[in-house]
Formats: sequence, C-alpha cells, structure tokens
Amino acid sequence: MTAPLHDTSAAEPAAVAAPETPQKAIEGRSPWKIAWSRLKRDKVALAGGVIVLLLILVALFAPLIVKAFGHPPEELHEDLLDPLLGLPAGDWGGMNGDFLLGIEPVNGRDVFSRIVYGARISLLVAFLSAFVAVSLGTVFGIIAGYFGGWVDAAISRVMDLLLAFPQLLFIIALISVIPSKLWGFEGSGLRIAVLVLVIGFFGWPYIGRIVRGQTLSLREREYVEAARSLGAGRTYILFRELLPNLVAPITVYTTLMIPTNVLTEAALSFLGVGVKPPTPSWGETLSTAVRTYEDDPLFMIFPGVAIFITVLAFNLFGDGVRDALDPKGSR
Amino acid sequence: MTTHRTSKRRLAAGTAVVLAAMLTATACGGSDTKKDEGKAGASGFNAGIGKVSNASDKKGGELKFVATQEADSWDPQRGYYGFMWDFARYYTRQLVSFKPAPGGESTELVPDLAAGKAEISDGGKTYKYTLKDNVSWEDGSPVTAQDIKYGIERTWAQDVISGGPVYLMQVLDPKTEYKGPYKDESADKLGLKAIETPDAKTIIFKLPQPNGDFEQMLAMPAASPVKQDKDTAAKYGLKPFSNGPYKIDSYEPNKSMKLSRNDKWKPESDTIRKALPDSISVTFMANADDMDKRLMNGEFDLDLNATGIGQAARATALKDHKANLDNGQTGFIRYAVFPQTVAPFDNIECRKAVIYAADHKSLQTARGGPQAGGDIAPNMLPLGIKGSDGKYDPYEVLKNDGKPNVEKAKEALKACGKPEGFKTTIAVRNNKPVEVATAVSLQNALKQVGIDAQVDQFDGAQTSGIIGSPKVVKEKGYGIIIMGWGADFPTGQGFSQPLVDGRFILQSGNNNFSELNDPAINGLFDQAIAETDPAKAGDIYKQMNQKVSEAAVYLPFVYDKTITWRSTRLTNAYTSDAYNGRYDYASLGVLK
Repeated sequence: MTAPLHDTSAAEPAAVAAPETPQKAIEGRSPWKIAWSRLKRDKVALAGGVIVLLLILVALFAPLIVKAFGHPPEELHEDLLDPLLGLPAGDWGGMNGDFLLGIEPVNGRDVFSRIVYGARISLLVAFLSAFVAVSLGTVFGIIAGYFGGWVDAAISRVMDLLLAFPQLLFIIALISVIPSKLWGFEGSGLRIAVLVLVIGFFGWPYIGRIVRGQTLSLREREYVEAARSLGAGRTYILFRELLPNLVAPITVYTTLMIPTNVLTEAALSFLGVGVKPPTPSWGETLSTAVRTYEDDPLFMIFPGVAIFITVLAFNLFGDGVRDALDPKGSR
Repeated sequence: MTTHRTSKRRLAAGTAVVLAAMLTATACGGSDTKKDEGKAGASGFNAGIGKVSNASDKKGGELKFVATQEADSWDPQRGYYGFMWDFARYYTRQLVSFKPAPGGESTELVPDLAAGKAEISDGGKTYKYTLKDNVSWEDGSPVTAQDIKYGIERTWAQDVISGGPVYLMQVLDPKTEYKGPYKDESADKLGLKAIETPDAKTIIFKLPQPNGDFEQMLAMPAASPVKQDKDTAAKYGLKPFSNGPYKIDSYEPNKSMKLSRNDKWKPESDTIRKALPDSISVTFMANADDMDKRLMNGEFDLDLNATGIGQAARATALKDHKANLDNGQTGFIRYAVFPQTVAPFDNIECRKAVIYAADHKSLQTARGGPQAGGDIAPNMLPLGIKGSDGKYDPYEVLKNDGKPNVEKAKEALKACGKPEGFKTTIAVRNNKPVEVATAVSLQNALKQVGIDAQVDQFDGAQTSGIIGSPKVVKEKGYGIIIMGWGADFPTGQGFSQPLVDGRFILQSGNNNFSELNDPAINGLFDQAIAETDPAKAGDIYKQMNQKVSEAAVYLPFVYDKTITWRSTRLTNAYTSDAYNGRYDYASLGVLK
C-alpha cells in the first residue's frame, strides 16, 4: 500500500517526536504508556479487545457457564429428536429456554454447551501453538539476524523449506500414523498436543523472518556497538539489548497469529483430524452440520458465527495493537 | 493515516456482515427448493416392498441410473459390489439365477442358461446341467458349455484379474492346483479338472466335498460364460461381451455408461429378464447430496448404488415425496464386535457388560432411526436368511425396549473382576459419519457403568489392513470394532461363516474380528453345508446363531434398512432380498 503523502506528513512529526524527546511532557512517558493511550483512542480495536477478553473468560469458566445455562456437553438427549428423521423436534433447531441454542441432530446434545466448551479447544490450541511459534521464531530469528554468515544462511533456508511445506496435508498424514498413546497423553489430549506442536512448528518461520529482519537493522545501532565495546557477552547482547527492542513487533505478530491458528484448528477438526469425539470443537460441529444444513441451518450457523466472531475480534484487536505500537508501519 | 486504516477495517467488518448474511440466506434458501409436480403418478410409500410397483409390460424409453460409486469392475468375474451383481444381469447370464419376484421369494433359484435344475448325484458331489438351445452371444454365436467353463476358470487367474468372489475356486479346487486359463498348458485352455464339458450343451461339476450352497455360487456373475476369443483379460471389464438382453455401447469409467438392446438375445430363451427399456444409461457423479436432489427433480430414475437417500435430503424426501420412496431391509446387520485378543474382552463377562450397558435405542437413533436406520437387532442372523429368528432375544434387548440394562451390566462387570469399569478403545471407520455417531452413542452409554472408551477413527479405505489384521487390532488395543456385514449369498454360510468360523481368521482382510474359533460352531457349519435341503440347513444355522450369541462376542445394533428413491416413471419396481434390498434391475421399465 502506498500511503498518501499529506497523510504521512501529518502523522510523522507526532510519532517521531513522542517516544524520544517528550518536550512538553511534565512527567516521563514510557513507549508502552504512549501505545496504551493510542490504543485507548481506537474504539474498534478496544471493542475487539473486550470480545477477546470475554472469549477467554468464557473458555476459562466454561464448566460454570454450562452448569448455569446448559447441559453437560456430552449428554445425549435423543428423546427431544424427531424419532423418524433424527432432527430436533422443535422449531429453530430445538431452541428454547432450556436449550439456548437448540440441540444437535442425531444425538440431541446441547449446542450451547458444545459451543462454550468448543471455545476452550479453539483458544487453547491457538494460544499454545502461537506460544510455540513465537518462542522458536524469536530464538532462531534473533540468532540468524545477529550472527549472520552461515548461521543465517542455514536458518533462513530451513525457514524457506518450512514455508513451502503443505502444512494441512502434513498434519492429516501425521494424525493417521501417530499411536493412540504417546508422551503420556492419550485421546483428545494427545491430539491437542500434536496440533499445538505441528501448528506451532510450521508457524515459527513467519515470526522468525520478522525478528531476523529487525535484528539485522538493530545490531548496527550505536547502543549495541557500545555494549559490545564495553565487553558484553553475546547472550547479554541478544537477550538484554536486542530482545527488549523486538517486543513490539513480536507482540503484534502474536496477536495476528492467534486468529490464523483458530482457523487452522477449525479446518483440521472439520476434516476429522482435530480432537477426538466426544470432545466438542467448532470445526467438528461444522462438519457434522453440513449433513443437515438444509433442515437445520441454525446448527451450522452457530459454530460458524463463533469462529467468525473470534477471528474478527482477534484481528481487529491485533490491528489496533500494531497501530498503537508502530504508527509508522504501512503494512 | 489512522483514519485511512480505520476506514479499511470498517470495510472489512462490513464485508464480513454481508458474508454472514449471505451464508444465512443460502442456508435457509436450501430448504424451499422442493415441491415439484412429481406426485402425479407415484405409486405410494413402500409400494415396491413385497409387491410390484407400477406393474407394466410396456416396452421402450431410456432407463436412467445415477451413481456416486463406480463398480470395482464390470468384468463378471471381477465385480464384487452388490449393485454390480444386480446390474450385470443386463449383459450376462448364468446357469441359474434368482427368481424375478419381490422380497424373500427372490432368493429362490431358477434356471437361466440351463434348461432345467441341476441333476445332483453322488451324495451332492456332482451337478449336471444341460443348456438351453437358443442362448447366444451378441455376435449371434451360441453360448456353449465350454464358454461357461472358460468364464468360471478366469476366477483362478487372480494374478491377472484380481478381485471378485472366490467361492467357486474354494469349493471346486480347495488346494488351488489349477493355475487359471492364462497359464493353462492345454490347447483349449480348459484344463480345470473339476468341470467337465462332454459336449457343447452339457456341463458337469465335480465337487471334492458336497456344498449345499453350490448353486448359490453358480448364480453369482463370477459363474458367467466368457467367450475365449473375446477375452481381453484385465481389460475385459471395459467392454464385456454380452449374452444378455443388452450390450454395452459406450463406457467411460467414472463418467457414464450406455447400454442398448442386444438383438441376438431371444426373449423366449429367458424367463427372468423382462428387457423393457430400449436403452439404459448410467451417469456417475461425485456429490451424493447433489445426486439426491437431481433424483427428486426427476432427472434420473434411481440410484444404481442404492445406498439410500442421504441425511441432507431425507427430510425433504419424506415430507414431500413419500410416495416415491421404499423403505426396505438391506440384509445387512450393523454391529459392534469384541476382539477376544484385547484385554479385558478375553473375559466373557466383560463382553456381556458392554452388551448390557449399550443403549440400543440410542444406537438405532444414531443409525438414522427405525426407518433410515432399521429395527433393533437382538441377534446376528438377518431376517431374510433361513434359520434366522427375530424373536430370539438372549440379552433381553427387545424386552427392555432397547434401553440399557445398567444393573446387569454392573453385575457382569463384577463377575469380570472389574467392578469399577475399565478402559478400552472403539475403532470406527472415519469415512462413515453414521458409524462415528454410533461410536459416540456407545461411548456415552458405557460411561454410565464406568467403562471409559476412546473413539479411534481409522482410515476407512484401509479397513482390510487395519481392523482386518488381528496383529494390528491387538497392537492398537481395539476392544470394540464397529462394522456392518451383508451376505454374498442369502444363506447362513454366505452371511455368518466369514464372521464366526474360526477357520476363516485371516492375517489380512480378516472379517472374523472377534477371532471366535469354537469347534462346536465350526462343526455346525460343516454339517449345514453338507446338507442339500435348505430347510434342514436352516435348522442347523439356527443352532449356530444361538451358540454365537452365547459367546457374547457381538453386539448387534440394527437390521439395516434404507430409504430408496423410485422415480414416478419407473415400472415393475420391487426390492429383492437376493440383491440386498435393491430393486431387481432386470425387471425395471419406464413410462415414456
């Protein structure tokens, strides 16, 4: 995107001036405080943030929420189905005061409870795999950027290789060959562990590239030079001098990676290689709903909307965080 | 800059809202594409079950099949799919075939190429047939006994034309001494000793051991004649040479097939095939839901595969087109089976605990309810088979109205030494959503008595290498396997022997998943097979079935049923037990 000239000139002075020389400031403001004040002004990002917070709360307190408003997510209610068709007997997918979002065709499980519990799987996989990707990406990116030479060449080629790898196909193949018990995990726990590791493993090159690029420019800065000439060790420079200056881009890419991971998890569950039944997951619910969408469209809409809201909220929030931390960035 | 970005994001949010609205609209829009004029002449719900729907002798028109599954092969010796056996009667005949009659009567065998029934002598070891005079190939040459022998011999050539049933090979040449016609040293390639063809009209089968179901095997397409100079070996399935009322005009695998009348076929030589339509077409397509819709739109007459209307279209079909539907038995049983090699299922009490704990009603609902799923099955012999008894209810499933018997399940668990329950794994094919639904139902019911079952979905395309391998089953700890089974031919031998006879346990492609190997049961099979009177054999199969139930290795779910579509223009439609509840294709006709 090419930014319009007058627009840039309007934003530039304020942005550059603020962090380095707070001329008019009575008290010192740290870059984080400035970012926060910018974020507070961005209403859309804030709304996204509030929804993200709510989703996290829903996931954390799923058992309490379901206890108050629903039925256990694995409990069957076949008596509420039309016996001949296996579809919810009532209108609107069986929605009523007892079953807030209706019941599932074929086995009559409470859709509300399954959506609420599904948030747990989605967010758990999304956060943990983002954590794996960020950890790997930061460590390898910073090493590649700082040391350069053959280390950089090797790490960069590995990143290229991984970026070219068909991630979805790889996971599908992997899921069908892993044994039912591994590393002390079994059932859905094992599937979650595999999903987290694989999504994380294939995600780190994206963040690795950013970190490497930033490190390349930072390592030539005077303060790094100064630290080096004062005799600071490599580890010290890497993690005490460089890393704090990388926190902003890492934070931004983490918040934008989470919604991608939510989508990947949903896609994999949709394809039947996510968590095992009867563990609820949005993607799995969607794939079940495909079979009855003509007769019970609501059953398909609810998990779709859940995925949609989650991804949208994270994206809006992530965009806002990026604007706040890096107002010059044009991407 | 900031304003710019905000507007872009708002645009994104706006697009998303529109998208969501569109999604909702399409999802709802789907449900009102129904109500067509199709009702005019449909002959009513279940009009093709046990009776003939729209009986007529009117000739002409094009009979239009549609299918989502291609046959494994249209070569008579290689095809093993049930619908292929049914369809193959259009272009190939056998010595004997199934009577063209609705329901159970169809399992009776009547002469086809043969002039009369077999002369059986030598204690059931010799079968002699004489051929009709006016049976001919599509080039006008007569069908000879040698053609039949050559066709049957092709089954032996499993290295060239793999697939297809091998019953005739097992019965006529149990040690497989013959190497097949392609490796045959004799000049006429008719080296198989068990079949004699003294002249062009006479064929004699000499069995090493009597087998009461031998004629059932002769009724399979695998016993069809093949003309030696027209045999293209592995390519024969692309254009089989016809001796039936229709010949194949064009065939493109996975796309379409067209058949037209074979004018060398003489109607007076054939009492089985009505041959009403002038032409027959098969269209293959990928999407089953799309197929159901187009059937309902009247673009096709029936589903060749006859797997039943899918869940997506079922409600619409039942509400608006009920008169076009038949809800018949398929002869399949859907069940769970317990491999005895996987602890704790080596203990009969633990197996009983699962049978008692299962919620049969819920399993039935998961299968699709009493119509699309079928009736709750109390034992493991389907109703169409001689010796079956739908009232034999050893685990009081019907008596309890399908509800779980938690008390008895807990007692059984105590007797098994696991009063607190145990852990196990349910294996289920990942490409059968209905089977996965039954696995979830079983898992839920078992939890109520403390049995913690994991559901493991394996690749359905790899069935014979995964659950078909006793070694893999044991390694993976599959204590419960969910499967379905239908008979190759409608007798106790055809249905049960591969499932429960210990001598049928294979290292790969196994179907006796429980690895039941009870000398008493094996002995009953030997007795029943040697029996040439079907009624007496039926009595023995009844005892066999009871012994299998007592061993508690099977948990039957339902006697499988489907809801099949019969177009309004279809005449002479009736479901046939001999063809697993499919329509008898050879009798169908169409109104123009």
